[in-house]
Parts: sequence; C-alpha cells; structure tokens
Amino acid sequence: MKRPGDFRVVNHSVPRSDGVAKVTGTATYTSDMTLVHMAWAKVLRSPYAHARIVSIDSSAARKRPGVIAVLTGDDLGDLYPYYGHAVKDHPLVAIGKVRFVGEPVAAVVAEDELTAQDALDDINVEYEELTPILDVDSALAPGAQKIHDRGYRAGNFRGFDDQSIDIKGNICQEVHIAWGDVEKAFASAAHIAEGEFYFPMIYAYAMEPYVAIADYDANGKLTVYSSAQHPFMVRQDLADVFRLPLNNVRVIVPYVGGGYGSKSYTKIEPLAAACSWKAGRPVKLQLSVEEAFLTTRGDDARVRIRTAVDAQGKIVARQATIHFDTGAYAENSPMVARKATNRIVGPYRIPNVKIDSFAVYTNTVPASSYRGLGAAQVTFPGESQMDELAEKLRMDPVQFRLNNLANRGESINPVARPIDADVPGDLREIAATLQMEKPLPPHHGRSICCSASDAGAHPVTLAMVQVYGDGSVSVLSGSTEIGQGSHTVLAQIAAEEMGVPFEKVRLVGSDTAITLFERSTGASRTTTLMGRAVLEACREAIAQIKTMAAEVFGVAQEDLIEERGGVRRGDKRLTWPEILEEYFQMQGASIVGRAYLRRAGDLQAVPVFWEIGVVGVEIDVDEETGKIRLDSLATIGDVGLAIHPAMTESQDLGAATMGMGVGLFEELIYDGQQLMNGTMLEYRVPRFSDMASNIYLKLAQNQDGVGPYGAKGGGEGSVNPVGACIANALYQTSGVRIRRLPITPERVWKALQEKKESASSSRSPAQVLSKK
Amino acid sequence: MKIAFELNGAPAELEIEPRETLSEMLRGRCRLTGVKLSCEAQVCGACTVLVNGLPVSACTYLAYETRGKRVVTIEGLAESPEKLHPLQQAFLDNFAFQCGFCTPGMILAAKALLDEKPHPTHDEIIAHMDGNLCRCTGYLAIVKSIQQVAAGAAGNGHGSGDGAGKR
Repeated sequence: MKRPGDFRVVNHSVPRSDGVAKVTGTATYTSDMTLVHMAWAKVLRSPYAHARIVSIDSSAARKRPGVIAVLTGDDLGDLYPYYGHAVKDHPLVAIGKVRFVGEPVAAVVAEDELTAQDALDDINVEYEELTPILDVDSALAPGAQKIHDRGYRAGNFRGFDDQSIDIKGNICQEVHIAWGDVEKAFASAAHIAEGEFYFPMIYAYAMEPYVAIADYDANGKLTVYSSAQHPFMVRQDLADVFRLPLNNVRVIVPYVGGGYGSKSYTKIEPLAAACSWKAGRPVKLQLSVEEAFLTTRGDDARVRIRTAVDAQGKIVARQATIHFDTGAYAENSPMVARKATNRIVGPYRIPNVKIDSFAVYTNTVPASSYRGLGAAQVTFPGESQMDELAEKLRMDPVQFRLNNLANRGESINPVARPIDADVPGDLREIAATLQMEKPLPPHHGRSICCSASDAGAHPVTLAMVQVYGDGSVSVLSGSTEIGQGSHTVLAQIAAEEMGVPFEKVRLVGSDTAITLFERSTGASRTTTLMGRAVLEACREAIAQIKTMAAEVFGVAQEDLIEERGGVRRGDKRLTWPEILEEYFQMQGASIVGRAYLRRAGDLQAVPVFWEIGVVGVEIDVDEETGKIRLDSLATIGDVGLAIHPAMTESQDLGAATMGMGVGLFEELIYDGQQLMNGTMLEYRVPRFSDMASNIYLKLAQNQDGVGPYGAKGGGEGSVNPVGACIANALYQTSGVRIRRLPITPERVWKALQEKKESASSSRSPAQVLSKK
Repeated sequence: MKIAFELNGAPAELEIEPRETLSEMLRGRCRLTGVKLSCEAQVCGACTVLVNGLPVSACTYLAYETRGKRVVTIEGLAESPEKLHPLQQAFLDNFAFQCGFCTPGMILAAKALLDEKPHPTHDEIIAHMDGNLCRCTGYLAIVKSIQQVAAGAAGNGHGSGDGAGKR
C-alpha cells in the first residue's frame, strides 16, 4: 500500500473544487433557484400540540386572486400520504389530527410568496384539543393517550434486521443489548458510579433553511431540487407517495447550506411535490429558519447509568437505561436510539453490559439525526462517569482510561468489527498536547474524553467514473457535497488513480437520474465508502482500457508495462486518454468504469469502521458569574489517512465547536406546548468570541480503515466528548458535578452557591441533578 | 417607487415597493443570489452587504434606504474569477468555509473591517466579526484568512496540512 509521501494528489491539501464559486457568491443553492412558471407555497401550521382537526374551510383562500391551489389533508386524492424511511408515520400534511405545534395543516400555492402568505389567513381550521403529551414521563404514564393510534408500514430503509413495526403505546422503538452478567459484576465491584444525566433538545441550525422545488410535470414525471443530504432516500419516499417507478422520480441536490444530520432523510419534499401535483406548476417551498426550528431537532435524552470498576481500576460493568424524546414522528430516532445503545459503551473493554433504550413519541417537534447520531447524548454521561470513577479509585483520569481502552484488533462489542484505530495513542497524543501534567492556573480545569461510534451505516454505495479521450475524468457520485469537501476528496482519489491532474477531474452529482445509488450521506461514510467505490471504479476503467491498449498495440496485455497514467511497450508510451482516442479513432468518446459496494467481503463486518472521538479541553471558570470559556481545545482525527489534511482538521474543529455549543449554551426550551426559543435571536450558537484561545488540531494516520488507502471517515467524532470534557474540567477546578447540558453560567453559579451553602454541613461536592 | 443608487460600481435605477427589504431587492430584482438569507433577524450576518462601505444586514434594511448610496455585494468584489479580491483568495487558501452559505457575508464583513483598519489586532477581528455566524468551520480559518490579508501575505493556494490549525 502507498504510504504518506508516496501520494501525488491524495494526502495533500489541494484547493477545494467548489472554492471559487463559494467565495464569489456564484455557488447556487436550492434557495437561490427559480424555474420557469414557478409558483410559491406557504404553510399554515398548527397552533396546538395535540388536536383533532374537525374541519378545514379553505374556500376563501382558494378565491383570493393569485392563489393557484390549496392543499390540505382532505385534498390528497389517491396519494399514499405518509413518508418515513424507518416508519411511514409522517403525513405530508396533517390528516385528521395534529401532533405538534408547528405541524403543517395546509399549504397555499400562489403566483408569488406574499400572496401565498396572505392567503393562509383565509383558511379556517376548527380543532378539538386533545391532552398534549409533552415529555417522556407523560408519554409512558399508565393510560396515557396514544399519540399514534393507527398502524403504519415500515419504511424502506429502516436499518433494523427486523422489518416489523412494534409501536407499544407511545414507545416508537426499543433497543436492548446485553452481554455478560451485569448484576453479578455490580455485586462484587470495588466502586460504582451511578447517576442520571440529561442531554437537551437541540437545533442543528444549518444556515440554509429547508427548501425544495418540485415539478410534477404533465407526463407524470417528478423532479425535485432539494437541500437534502440523502437524495436516494427522498426519491424512495416520493416514489411511494406518488406511486411512481423510481426512474420517474428525479431528485437533484445543488449546493447545500449546511446539514449536520438535520437534512438527512425526507423532510419537506413530499409536501412541495404534492403542491406541484395539485397546482400543475413547478412549486418552490422555502421555509424560514423559524419554520426550520419546527421541522427537525436533535433528540434530547435522559440517561440513567451506572458503571462499576474493580480495585485495580478495570471497568467490570456498565448498565444504562436511555429515554429519547423523539417528538411527534419517528424520523430517524429509531436509529438514534439503536446507535446510542451501542455507543454508550465507549471505546472500552467492558465484560458485562446491559443497555436498554427507548425512543418515545411526544407532542413536540420531531427529532432526528444530529451530528454524532446519539453518541453526543450518551458520551456525556458515560465520560462524566469515567472521571467520577477515577476519583473513587484515586487514579489519574487519563491513566484510568488508558487502562480500559481497547487496542486495535480488540472488540468492544461481541458482534461488531474489532477496533480499527489507535485510541490509546490518540489519548496520549492529546494528553501530551494539553500538557496534562502542568500545574493548572486558578479556576482552570482540564479534561480529555473519548468516544467510539459504529459508523458508516449500511454499506451500499455505487459509483461511476467516466474517462474521456482528452484526458479529463468525471466522477458520478450520489454522495452529497454538504460542505464537508467530498467533491474535492473524491476528485483527489480519481486523479490519484487515473494519473491525471486534480484539475482535470469533475464531480457530477447528486442527481438520482444520473448518479448511481448511494444509500446516504452521513455516518461519516463518504470518504470510506464512496471514496473506495471511486477508487475501484477507476481501477475497473483502467482494466477496460488495458484490454483496449492490447488491441491498439496488437499485443497481449501481459506484454504491456503499466506506468502511472498509461502503458508502455518498448519506447512507445500511451496514456489512458490516448489509448481511448486510438481505440475509437474519434474524439469525444468516453468509457465508464463502475464499482458496486455492498455488504460483502471486508465490508461484511459491521460497522464499516469505528469513528473515534478524543477531545481535550482546558476551561477557565469565572466563579463570580458562572461563565465558562475554553482556554484550550485539542482534537485528533483518527482517520486512517487524511485524503485532504486541512479539511479533515477543519471538520474536527467544526464538530468540536458544535459540541461546545451544546456543552455551554444550546438548548431548545419548551414552555407547555410552545417552543419558546425557536428563533436565532434566542437560540444561542457558538460565535467568534467563543473560540478557544488555543486550538490544536491533530491527525492520526495509521492507514487502518477499509476505505481508500486505509482511510476512514471523520467529522463527527469530535462533537461527542466535548460536553463531558467541560463537565469534568468544571468538577476538577470547582468541585461541582453538573449532570445536565448545557452548562450555562446560571447552572454553574447555582451549583457553586449550593456547594458553598452545604460546605459547612457536609464535605461532599454539590450536584445538580437532572431536573428541568 | 423609483430609486437610484450605485450597485457594484455601476449606476442602477429600480422600481421597488416601499416595504421591500434590501435582500428582497438584491436577490429578487437584481438576481444577486450571493446575498444569502438565513435568520432574517440581524443575528447571523449571512446577508451582509456593504452600503457606503459599511456592513448592513440586507434582511432588515429597507431597499429605499440605499437611494443615492453605494451598494457592494459579493458579486462585485472580484475583478474576474482569475483575479479574486485578496480576502476571497485568503478564504480559499485557508479553507475558511465548508458549506459556503455564510461566506459572502463573512468576506464582506471582513472587507469592511480591513477597509477601516488595515491591521486589526486579533481581538479587534473577533469583536468586529462576532455578528457573523458560521456553523461549519469553528471560525479559526476565517480569523487566519483575515490576518493573512492584513499581513499582506499572498497565499500559495495550499494549506499546510500538518498542524494547520495551530496558532
């Protein structure tokens, strides 16, 4: 295998292929697009969290000049009006019932946006209120009303071996894993840490809000432009809704203004498409950020967890019960629950494990994928508890972790691929970077935390490369460029393999009519899976050209010597493009190399790879105000090989910054049925002034992944440990243990006050328990 | 109503609605879609354009207020795709964006800073840029880009790769 230093294009930070368009304002996002004859849709939203729709009178709206159509749950004809890749529980517009404040109840299509907006006032909806179920405890209470009182079909990409849907009461999904004998291990443990933790509801804030332009044309073909991460998932849902064959549904993804998981799976595309179907015109549905707040959020989680160690500092057992508040519809929360269940184990060898997770429906905004997919929710409790145990053992927290981390080749889950990373090495590197042994200034605390995520999702990834006789190459990829830089990375791999300059490679996609199937763009899979598919497609193209070269030279293939970018026989050398021109005796012809990855061979074992997060922070606590700021932040991307080192580091910093946001201030707050802070005036995300004073971005390149040249994915691992890092560092400097994110100044200040008050009567540190 | 102003260096005259925002005018009438709309509440800075050299949030600034003034959008910054503004080049060199949605506003906000103060301190950069949000990068590369231009250093188009994040 080529090693760092051997590569010509790969492993170099080449200019981004989308760079000039993005810095000159010419990159066109879906929100910038208009189609000929395009009309605009606006959405009327439910003011109630849980209500029966008695009647909808839209006659006045339909009569308003400029209005083309009104769509309600009564106007869906013979459409199959439910979508969802996991559970088809989500009506494209409310049918008979609303399940959260903000749920679409009707849409107006008009010649212009303002007319559509004004016509919403003309629609009269009569509701009969039902008891709103606003939290997990109410949803699970005996006799609680069922938020979904009808059965649903399983989605096409459920991701569970068991395709049957088993909704019990308001439990959307249960996940259970267990090995060893947990009760026995706890009974004989030297020390046990036990507690309840809470991770808040959060909003990804992709800066481009959800937007889709749908064109259901007179020939029954549906084309949708959308700011979507998973165009093939959207295609499947649309094909089901409109009962169309897959080839009559075309989903095109232009530039995407941020995703972070929030644009995974189907969102507003069925509603936009139904508007176009109803209006007989192309229709644009552009949500505002306020509406995006009401479309998808991250799952909040209440985690009851206990972990046991023996006297030598070996973890002997971990047991946890996790409740996710999934909101009104399943979306991807069943998979969030499943992944969190695996990920709460951490990168540790634990002989006795029992985890029980529940994704629970409530009458709140639907929760779904968010960067880290369940890992951030459970790394906070798991890694907080690691520090609690280290203290009980009187052991250095870094050493305690090193004692228990799985080495490469060791298993942390009996049914999973062994660890394919150097987690102890990553931890040592971050410890050295932060100089953990150095004395701390007053009010400073330091912590390093770890996570291990079973990443990559289900490996079905198909790719094509087109090789032209003029020396240019197109990569046709259904993996979406959402800013992570995949169009650059995939082009680097093609340039490396084909022996052409990077600038000669063009990325085409995502467009479901042109690019082959790629399950999804998420779970950090693109470099690993699509990168490998592109590599294999290039090699398959080269194999074809070699056959052609043998014919061109009039010799057997074995008599040709392969050199970078072509073949040689004697003194005569022909490049791949030259062979094509010789073979076809015409300019312009191109050939296609392809690769079909599926779950087989070395991709049989799950996960595709383990995504490691090792992050260290040093914080500075203002004990007068409770405000925490980051003095230092250190990340390490254990990515096998960084195809593009600068962008890999940038992914880690971006992820850690999101983790800091949830760690310090991000939280969606409900007051009764209403989301109280669903605007960017009130929802606080990290700003320039929140940056750590010292930032260290490291890479571990051990070429130990199944991706191209031993690469593995990145970009999510560094979000997970940050909350626990902050909580542990705060405990280290101030002695208060906070078990609820975000760790706001108010919570810190209160905890410090409680500690002072209890100092006279008890020496034990104050604790903030999980209460809202 | 009719207004006359200067748009990216050229005289412009437009018929607008009195209630029209600058972003609606620029995106809708002028097709300058480099002006991005996100929070629509003067929080995120994605819609930042320059009016008489000062950064304004086009989402909440009335189009009418630009009468007789100079308006610069991201489309007016580069002489050509080959000859970018130094800030645009610095953003490329430092990989100071991912999704790119905040980038036009970021670059224009930075331009306003450097036009007024060609050699800002680190703290001055942070204070000036604090009204522009980026959800992708964690900001470090943006600060480095601004510092690169302030230092007058021409980029080579390649990040260092190893330890590029250290400062």
